[in-house]
Amino acid sequence: MLNELFPNVKLADLWEATGETFYMTLISLVGTFIFGILLGLLLYLTARGGLWQNKLLNFVVATVVNVFRAIPFIILILLLFPFTDFVVGTIRGPNAALPALIIGSAPFYGRLVEIGLREVDKGVIEAAKSMGAKTRTIIFKVLLPESMPALVSGITVTAIALIGYTAVAGIIGAGGLGDFAYFYGFQRRSFDVVFVCTVLIVIIVFIFQFIGDFFTNKLDKR
Amino acid sequence: MLGGKTLIKINGLKKVFTTNSNTIQAVDDLNLEIKKGEIFGVIGYSGAGKSTFIRLINRLEDPTDGQIIIDGQDITSLNQKDLRISRQEIGMIFQHFNLLWSRTIKENIAFPLEIAGVPRTERLERVDELIKLVGLSGREDSYPSELSGGQKQRVGIARALANNPKVLLCDEATSALDPETTDSILRLLTDINQKLGLTIILITHEMHVIRKICHRVAVMENGQIVEHGEVLDVFLHPNRPVTRKFVEQVMGDKEQDEAYEFLTKEYTTGTVIRLHFVGETTNRALISRVAKDFDIDVNILQGKITQTQKGAYGTLVVHIDGNDKEINRAMEFITSTSVEVEVAPNA
Repeated sequence: MLNELFPNVKLADLWEATGETFYMTLISLVGTFIFGILLGLLLYLTARGGLWQNKLLNFVVATVVNVFRAIPFIILILLLFPFTDFVVGTIRGPNAALPALIIGSAPFYGRLVEIGLREVDKGVIEAAKSMGAKTRTIIFKVLLPESMPALVSGITVTAIALIGYTAVAGIIGAGGLGDFAYFYGFQRRSFDVVFVCTVLIVIIVFIFQFIGDFFTNKLDKR
Repeated sequence: MLGGKTLIKINGLKKVFTTNSNTIQAVDDLNLEIKKGEIFGVIGYSGAGKSTFIRLINRLEDPTDGQIIIDGQDITSLNQKDLRISRQEIGMIFQHFNLLWSRTIKENIAFPLEIAGVPRTERLERVDELIKLVGLSGREDSYPSELSGGQKQRVGIARALANNPKVLLCDEATSALDPETTDSILRLLTDINQKLGLTIILITHEMHVIRKICHRVAVMENGQIVEHGEVLDVFLHPNRPVTRKFVEQVMGDKEQDEAYEFLTKEYTTGTVIRLHFVGETTNRALISRVAKDFDIDVNILQGKITQTQKGAYGTLVVHIDGNDKEINRAMEFITSTSVEVEVAPNA
């Protein structure tokens, strides 16, 4: 029946494309999580009244974040071609999409991290200080654990944006469902392929959202 | 215990906040000595500088000028590293408890021990002790959100005591609690003060907190201590208007005065007098002695006696009736005691 409804869909190719989408999303998600938290912490700590208050550093980080967030993703990929070629050794395939995916979404997640950290009760930070805590202790034992639900729901939002980005990256040959839908579906006028790819992407988005919500709720003891 | 040696000495302490448009003297040339083992209260309205003052003691705010010496150590001259170590010996509790909601009660109390680098097994033992001390047995694996305000403050107290501090700072610790819970927290603080001999400094805007647990009190206004001394003395002889207002908070004098005027008009024979009881005299059976020794009728019209840490304090309005000679003799006797007498003006 599947063959009748979707005559042009080859299951083996479809699975490969799905696998590539998952691969790109997950690896870039890990990178985004690490760099995003670093950026978010820097933004938060160097802000006025922060533990590492530093006007210049805050300005520099905020500017970098804003600039990278302002560049449309498809242009960012093109801009990063030389960098990607240098780092990955190629500009095609799922691996080549990773630098652009991480650089494109880490600043976005960084802002979400900053917002999450700002929500941490100032009184709790003060209490930790009054106990003689070092800044490192405050970061790892107060700031990050206390903002964890926000960090997780933020990474969920970012993951869904990332799935979208992987599809865009597909148009310039990164592989994955976006690539598959465009080259095997749209360009060959096989709209059943476009349709199946769309459904799969929606399912992947739902899976990520479900997992994210589950952990956010589980972590939130407020 | 009291009258013991000085634990904390504060010399010429100043804190100036500078904003773009103006400067604010939050704490202005403050000098104070706090003795080991005492409960010292600082009372003032919001904006009086008391909150800044208590935060200067563990340098959550850095002083602009002056010295704070705790147990021989000048806190104000410490570098960041030594300050962190000293802070482990200064416990602090807060109005809004400031617990980590992501940690259980046990883990919250263990936090200062983790900071101090106490090994895990010792940590667990100490946490168990503390949970018992503050009466939270059975709740150790709950999260703060599952506790009532009073229970949260108990966790705050346990956490503050974890590293056996020399002094406990209480920043409006009962201001977010209802009266009944306030009382139970105050009892716990008194308990800890007696059991452990712990010095406690508390700031509050509620006079009944001072009355219930403090040995000495300082009244703050505009960044300065305008009056300080034994709680009873301050209650009895409030010099400043601000102090009088705080004393009225507990005694409700104003309201009583209106009724007093009314009472003096009601009684046409005999005398209506007001007796001020201070300290130990309250415990003596003054009224029954007067009634027994003199041929007069004594009728208590109104009164309020309240207990402080150093004895009772209060007033009684009584009506004395009989022949003038006996009344005069009785009055002479009462005046000869340490009870202060005031005769109603128009009686």
